[in-house]
Amino acid sequence: MAETPEQVHPEAHRPPVIEPGHSFSSVTDQISSIVLTHRTPAGWWLGFALVFSIAMMLFYSVAYLVVVGVGIWGINAPVGWGFAIINFVWWIGIGHAGTLISAILLLLRQEWRTSINRFAEAMTLFAVAQAGIFPLIHLGRPWLGYWLFPYPNTMAVWPQFRSPLMWDVFAVATYATVSALFWFIGLIPDLATLRDRSENRAARIIYGMLAMGWRGSARHWHRYETAYLLLAGLATPLVLSVHTVVSFDFAISIVPGWHSTIFPPYFVAGAIYAGFAMVLLIAIPLRWAYGLEDFITMRHLQNMCKILLATGMIVFYGYLMEAFFGWYSGSIYEWYMTKNRAVGPYAPLYWALIFCNGVAPQVFWSARARSSIAVQFIVAIIVSIGMWLERFIIVVTSLHRDFLPSSWGMYTPTQWDWMTLIGTLGFFTTLLFLFIRVLPMISIFEMRTILPGAAVRAKEEPA
Amino acid sequence: MAERLDLDEVRARLEQARGREYWRGLEELAESEEFRELLHREFPPGAAEWLDPVSRRRFLQLMGASIALAGLSGCTRQPSEPIVPYVQQPEQIVPGKPLFFATAVTLRGYASGVLVESHEGRPTKIEGNPDHPASLGATDVYGQAWVLDLYDPDRAQALTRGGRIRPWASFRETVGASIESQRSNRGARLRILTETVTSPTLARQLREILAQMPEAKWVQYEPAGRDGVREGARLAFGEAVETHYRFDQARVVLSIDADFVAGMPGNLRYIRDWVSARRVDAEGKGEMNRLYAVESAPSPTGAVADHRIALKPSGVEAVARAVAAELGVGVRAGAGVAQHGPWIAAAAADLKKHAGASLVIAGEEQPAAVHALAHAMNHALGNVGKTVVHTEPVEAEPQNQLEGLKHLADEIDRGLVDVLLILGGNPVFTAPADLDLAKRLDKVALRTYWGAYQDETSALCHWHVPAAHPLETWSDARAHDGTVTILQPLIDPLYEGKSAHELLAALFGSEGEKTSHDLVRETYAQGKDKAELDRFWRRALHDGLVAGTALPAKSVTLRTDWTSLPAPSIADGGGGLEIAFRLDPTVFDGRWANNGWLQELPKPLTKLAWDNAAIVSPATAGRLGLESEMLVTLVLEGRSVEAPVWVQPGQAEDCVTVHLGYGRARAGRVGAGAGFDAYAIRSSTSPWAAAGLEVRKSRGRKPLVCTQLHHSMEGRHIVRAASLEEFRKEPEFARKLGEDPGREDTMYEPPVVYDGYAWGMAIDLSACVGCNACVIACQAENNIPVVGKDQVARQRAMHWIRLDRYYKGSIDAPETALQPVPCMHCENAPCEVVCPVGATNHSAEGLNDMIYNRCVGTRYCANNCPYKVRRFNFYLDSDWATESLKGVRNPNVTVRSRGVMEKCTYCVQRINAAKIEAEKQDRRVRDGEIRTACQQVCPADAIVFGDVNDAQSRVAKLRADPRNYGLLAELNTRPRTTYLAQVRNPNPDIAELEPARAEEREG
Repeated sequence: MAETPEQVHPEAHRPPVIEPGHSFSSVTDQISSIVLTHRTPAGWWLGFALVFSIAMMLFYSVAYLVVVGVGIWGINAPVGWGFAIINFVWWIGIGHAGTLISAILLLLRQEWRTSINRFAEAMTLFAVAQAGIFPLIHLGRPWLGYWLFPYPNTMAVWPQFRSPLMWDVFAVATYATVSALFWFIGLIPDLATLRDRSENRAARIIYGMLAMGWRGSARHWHRYETAYLLLAGLATPLVLSVHTVVSFDFAISIVPGWHSTIFPPYFVAGAIYAGFAMVLLIAIPLRWAYGLEDFITMRHLQNMCKILLATGMIVFYGYLMEAFFGWYSGSIYEWYMTKNRAVGPYAPLYWALIFCNGVAPQVFWSARARSSIAVQFIVAIIVSIGMWLERFIIVVTSLHRDFLPSSWGMYTPTQWDWMTLIGTLGFFTTLLFLFIRVLPMISIFEMRTILPGAAVRAKEEPA
Repeated sequence: MAERLDLDEVRARLEQARGREYWRGLEELAESEEFRELLHREFPPGAAEWLDPVSRRRFLQLMGASIALAGLSGCTRQPSEPIVPYVQQPEQIVPGKPLFFATAVTLRGYASGVLVESHEGRPTKIEGNPDHPASLGATDVYGQAWVLDLYDPDRAQALTRGGRIRPWASFRETVGASIESQRSNRGARLRILTETVTSPTLARQLREILAQMPEAKWVQYEPAGRDGVREGARLAFGEAVETHYRFDQARVVLSIDADFVAGMPGNLRYIRDWVSARRVDAEGKGEMNRLYAVESAPSPTGAVADHRIALKPSGVEAVARAVAAELGVGVRAGAGVAQHGPWIAAAAADLKKHAGASLVIAGEEQPAAVHALAHAMNHALGNVGKTVVHTEPVEAEPQNQLEGLKHLADEIDRGLVDVLLILGGNPVFTAPADLDLAKRLDKVALRTYWGAYQDETSALCHWHVPAAHPLETWSDARAHDGTVTILQPLIDPLYEGKSAHELLAALFGSEGEKTSHDLVRETYAQGKDKAELDRFWRRALHDGLVAGTALPAKSVTLRTDWTSLPAPSIADGGGGLEIAFRLDPTVFDGRWANNGWLQELPKPLTKLAWDNAAIVSPATAGRLGLESEMLVTLVLEGRSVEAPVWVQPGQAEDCVTVHLGYGRARAGRVGAGAGFDAYAIRSSTSPWAAAGLEVRKSRGRKPLVCTQLHHSMEGRHIVRAASLEEFRKEPEFARKLGEDPGREDTMYEPPVVYDGYAWGMAIDLSACVGCNACVIACQAENNIPVVGKDQVARQRAMHWIRLDRYYKGSIDAPETALQPVPCMHCENAPCEVVCPVGATNHSAEGLNDMIYNRCVGTRYCANNCPYKVRRFNFYLDSDWATESLKGVRNPNVTVRSRGVMEKCTYCVQRINAAKIEAEKQDRRVRDGEIRTACQQVCPADAIVFGDVNDAQSRVAKLRADPRNYGLLAELNTRPRTTYLAQVRNPNPDIAELEPARAEEREG
């Protein structure tokens, strides 16, 4: 791994990516001890109990949904899609940060990514898992969801490949697979570390199996680096393609407010935006709870704030262009849709969206705001809400008033909609809690490579 | 009760079916053709084709597919139902082939001829009888809904006394003995209360009873009574006279709150005639009639009128007097309508100009004086014998029903009635509130009620005899012009229902019990020998009417002194709130409160379902500080009822309209809890309109469900309309209002060519009167579920065709535009490309087909449908559980399950049936051979379906009409359903509608 001078000699005005004073063993000790401790902290149990009970709400509402039908939701005749699709797009968007951090920043040699990439990737996987629930349960007959896959069957019927939902199936499935692989491969050296350091026999066996015989030989490292780089190369276009394809769900249709060529780039930017907000939301409490301020430093948080600012402005540009083209298209339907968003029955949500995604991140122009944990955390929450609102605005306000005013209607979510949404938050955090407990949340071996010592050694012993 | 439909039953019934005549038509002819083919062909059809190698492959494919399907069926839960073939095939019954029987449905006693479709002994669908003068092949919403009542699980199923089941013999003995005891005093303490009777048989029986017991009285009461009509005729002519109208002869029509579209006997005929005198051809040739309407509450008639003014009831009467005065009837013009002077003058002038070809028609709810004036005006205009026909009364015994009921209540109160026999009508619920029938009934020693439901009246009667449904028994009835139809049963009574004829015969007959069949036949036996009677009977049943029974025109003498006409019923036309009572456009007088199809049917203009409301105009609501759904207490003559408000554009100022028939205490599982009871404030002194209404705001709100929340077209050219003048100037006006990309405007390979049939539909917006019949006909034909108020409130109504209603112009006097919207069957269907599983596809004939069992329910198609005609089964909406309701289902249409999308199919089952017939006869399907359910029922003939590839077909010609346009055609969906723009014929002398039109042109 090459290093830049500033990593070795952090400049005074930029916080370092790892606090000084750490050695290889201290990094390894501190990170692995979180997993290998005998005593699970009471706080962990408490938090886990809370989020798991919220997750139970999801399981309950999904079970009820399967028994009774999607009628329990607020969807209706003009608004055929509601929370399920909003949540799907929101979670998929959140699931972009991990792979972006791991793959694209890896390829761009942004070393600061090292301390956040592991849990960001985990977060990605868990977010994609949440997202994956929705396309299935939003079906009228979820037990037939496998019909969306082109599997050989006696009916000789294939899916309909012109449908963007079909493309979604492939895009999301591919993304989930590659993200999982990427995450797992990145874990292998650390799993071996856990195997070696674990005192519990069962843990040794399990970690040992998962480590797949890693011995840390030069050959292993060589193959590992190659595979990781290749996967990064493979994952990079996926980061862009998944949300592009998700945006096709809307862009391919003829609904005013959906039928828009700007959607793919604007969705991708929005996804990265939402994803980084979520990484911030997780990083801030984590580094506080486990005392990881040395590894997840102000530098990381500030960099993420900058990304939020940049992507937020792309997203905001998207909103401006949507409004502009609503007028410029000359289509009465598009123009009505634009006006309806701004002054129609859902206007408060639209303006809330503009505030959340367009205005709130602007505070990050200020260096003081960027270095305030409180501001970062609050803005991250606002952005997450804003990105959810964006999907609400796109899905609901476009559908509720389309072409024929006779069919216009309103959409109001039911308790089941809310239970499902909040339930996925619970399920998501449940998975995070489990992850924190059983796997190293920061990549141990990669952290070691950014220690100053690693750089010196590399020069002394050329490979 | 599915066991009731087993084979033994069917066979037994067929054995009994002596004298029954089947409807013979094209279907039957075709059937025998098929039969011959089967008999004479050496090999079954298709056998020869196996020799062809391609077909052999096809055979293998089919075999493979059927094996696959056989395997598949193992994966789903199939209901276990024994399917048993006929051991002895009953004559004329071919499983899967419906038979049609001619009978009639009645409302207010008046018959409308129908043909009832029967599948293996199960009546499933009602169609109009094209030969019947009151139907001409159409039905109204009630006609469609009759069949659902037959299978209503809440029908009274057993004879009861005080709620406990009793045998028929015990009833006969007990009640018969009481009646016998009345004979001694010549029936002085016996009263029979019926609904309006036009049935010759029932009238004959009642007259015989009255002959035996001359002191007994027969009282008729119907809340939808036509007392104004009867008394108006008496006022005008001094005798009871029936009047019906020839709209086809009328160039100018003035409706005085007469909703001839829905609110009177003969309405189907009137719609057809009115529309036929309204059609203009492509060049704008042909004279177009003109309709002026004065009304209190928005009605379909007002919506299609060329000129409409909304006035409270006293104002309506004042206008009637003013127009009469203008036309030279010696009556003083009413006060309070000065601001409408020019309108009245213009309308009167127009009527005069078309003397002899004009028509003044008064609404059933109007007081007698207005009816008398309408007669006077028609006489003054020389319309009698041309557009107006007077005949002898159709009713067997025209009575002033309200007076009769009042008298009966009074007699009961004075203890003069010992035995009361109530034949239908639920009078306890529907009688005027001041008569307090519920309390007074207590004074009658023996109360017997014959009715179909355990309702408010049955609860207060000792005996309750369940009534047989009209599709279960024999009867007869007369149409508005007097034509007699013999009503024949299609099925044995599902429960222990008796007909009124049987009941009377059992209780009063000297010769013991008789079947309805014999009783009805007896009525027509006079002067005919057996063979003659048989011939007559067969012919009458086959035709669905008794030829030559239409009443001949009768000459009448009009009174000359008009100054002594009764004063306006509401004296002070000046100030104060007035109330207008109206029959509900869906549940009528309350009798259909338990009919799910009708309850869920959005009312023609308010678009409310499942409720009635206190309807007020926007201005009145503003003045009183009311808004929709707010609860108010309506106080009239000291009685009050709590009602939710509905603010309705087009409602008359200072007038609250309430619809009767809701708020039923004992309706059944469907009607329970729907609406409020407007009868509670309706008194016998002012049955239809009253002044002095007080509206008090109550606390709280009641949610009402409305299927259309938005009233404006938002400047979009959805319903395109022009005046006749504009149309003549520019026949292509409709097309110029919207872009229609050409078929060649595509980046892709040559568009699909439809070289076989290409099905299409054209809907003439000039003809559509918004009667709603298409909506409910579609529901009946296509097994569309009823989802309930809660689901309709959540915008999940399932109707495949909906009737959109838009307003133009001012909110106080809006112009109404109506548009039926079924699936457009777009050639470039946006729904098809987005379905991930290919559950909706295009057929080679241009149908947008839906494959229910492939649908996984993503709802993407519905989102992408710009017409929003797709309907989703959010829950298991179809009732799969109630046994009796299974009988009403059309066996040719899948009953949908939960989680699948559905929508209009153009009645693909009818298309395929016709195609099969045509293929058997080796010919193309003829134009008009396929009629969709909505088309078949349409009284206005506004919907035309057919093969657009056949240049000679009606639909192809209509598509070539300059008025033809595609809805949202600018999206390049290439809809197969197209619309013919509306042409109105406003009087150039009345400028009042100009602002609305100007706005439309700009928009």
